[in-house]
Amino acid sequence: MKLDSMYQDVILDHYKNPHGRGLRDGDAEVHHVNPTCGDEITLRVKYDGTTIEDVSYEGQGCSISQASASVLNELLVGKDLAEARKIQETFLELMQSKGKIEPDDAMEEVLEDAVAFAGVSKYPARVKCALLSWMAWKDATAQALGGADAERKTA
Amino acid sequence: MTQLPGLLDTEAIRKDFPVLDRVVHDGKKLVYLDNAATSQKPRQVLDALSEYYERYNANVHRGVHVLAEEATALYEGARDKVAAFVNAPSRDEVIFTKNASESLNLVANMLGWADEPYRVDHETEIVITEMEHHSNIVPWQLLAQRTGAKLKWFGLTDDGRLDLSNIDEIITEKTKIVSFVLVSNILGTVNPVETIIRRAQEVGALVCIDASQAAPHMPLDVQALQADFVAFTGHKMCGPTGIGVLWGRQELLEDLPPFLGGGEMIETVSMHSSTYAPAPHKFEAGTPPIAQAVGLGAAIDYLQSIGMDKILAHEHALTEYAVRRLAEVPDLRIIGPTTAEDRGAAISFTLGDIHPHDVGQVLDEQGIAVRVGHHCARPVCLRYGIPATTRASFYLYSSPAEIDALVDGLEHVRNFFG
Repeated sequence: MKLDSMYQDVILDHYKNPHGRGLRDGDAEVHHVNPTCGDEITLRVKYDGTTIEDVSYEGQGCSISQASASVLNELLVGKDLAEARKIQETFLELMQSKGKIEPDDAMEEVLEDAVAFAGVSKYPARVKCALLSWMAWKDATAQALGGADAERKTA
Repeated sequence: MTQLPGLLDTEAIRKDFPVLDRVVHDGKKLVYLDNAATSQKPRQVLDALSEYYERYNANVHRGVHVLAEEATALYEGARDKVAAFVNAPSRDEVIFTKNASESLNLVANMLGWADEPYRVDHETEIVITEMEHHSNIVPWQLLAQRTGAKLKWFGLTDDGRLDLSNIDEIITEKTKIVSFVLVSNILGTVNPVETIIRRAQEVGALVCIDASQAAPHMPLDVQALQADFVAFTGHKMCGPTGIGVLWGRQELLEDLPPFLGGGEMIETVSMHSSTYAPAPHKFEAGTPPIAQAVGLGAAIDYLQSIGMDKILAHEHALTEYAVRRLAEVPDLRIIGPTTAEDRGAAISFTLGDIHPHDVGQVLDEQGIAVRVGHHCARPVCLRYGIPATTRASFYLYSSPAEIDALVDGLEHVRNFFG
């Protein structure tokens, strides 16, 4: 069934047992919404130099957006910023692929559990759900580190 | 097959709607339950659109050639049909817009720029309700911000109705305009127009009614409603997109200033100033949506050939059946009135803690089209402490079998996420 390509077991597992959920101390906090559907996330980042010490979050939304935040937490915490950016960019590329990218070993190595979202990229209405927490992380990081790539203000 | 009193012959009606024959996702029959977002279009409307472009296309009110005159007659003929459809005292009270949002924005802007006694300013108040579509909230927020007027609203009761217990404090001598929805697009609630209008009239406030979810589904009589403005859109009532209606009382349309300026809306223009055409043209700047108006006229002919009272009875029977069937689904909570009384055929619900996006996705896989999200009525979701809802909404071609399919589909959703 086609649905299984979107709702991979990995995604449903993260949805039912989210990693790192809950708001903890952070250097910056952002609140992002998906205005078309009402998915919301409040996300905080904590840095130790350029190492991601914590990404904590609280939100409401569909299984895809919630699982994506959980995967983000699992993947990014403990990573150096440069590596985290590479993961974020690779995930963005995959999600914008409209189902055209079949993740190869190199991509799987970068994305780990996040490759499970490949199927979601076939559903245009759901891509934003998958990207919500990642965009929030990017924004929060820019605010925390005062980077020039602060794209938008907290909603 | 389930037989309910009052049902239309949907098998015959469905033959008029080509899209309803579609199969999706590898052979699943389309079950279209997203009619509150937009309705499907019958062959009669599609034919009217293509016939207009194939035989009559010209700009209106400008040329002296045959096509220009015929196109003008068709466009103005559509106005006659709308006027009759809403029982307007005069055809000149029918303004064509692009949708209900534009109609409501037009009213807000007329009042913002008006002279006394209509003028909305910092000493006056605007009243709306918590169950409005964003299109009947944001124009009034903009007007309030720009004029300094105070925006007030009626809250909601736990069972999805307007809380009018404080009506005398909400609508006061300072109120200039009361704008509210006749049938809620998210809750399905049919609002008590008379009570609100009586109070508005006591204090001399104007009344604007958003009839977007009413005009497609029930007889609409602007004289019986006693409102000053009534807005609705064509695409929810079997017409094309890009055409909406604002009905307004004639003396108001004469007194109130235009909003958009341009061709068509003028009488004379010099480099220093202009004078304006009489209503409705005063409010229709630029080339209007001509084919779309013709299509709306064809949609009205179609709906009237079936009968608005019969459509109302059909949807009422379906709604009664749907609330009964949905009550059988474990963990399902209807957001809005839980009976068919004073309720339209849009039913919002939550399903346990399964997010509506996920509900909609799994239903879609079975060919069932519903709307998920906040339905452009986010304050309602906030009021009931929910992020979003799943909404099934019916129309004249909807059948009890489709409600059965929805109920089966929801069982599948529960198993999938269970």
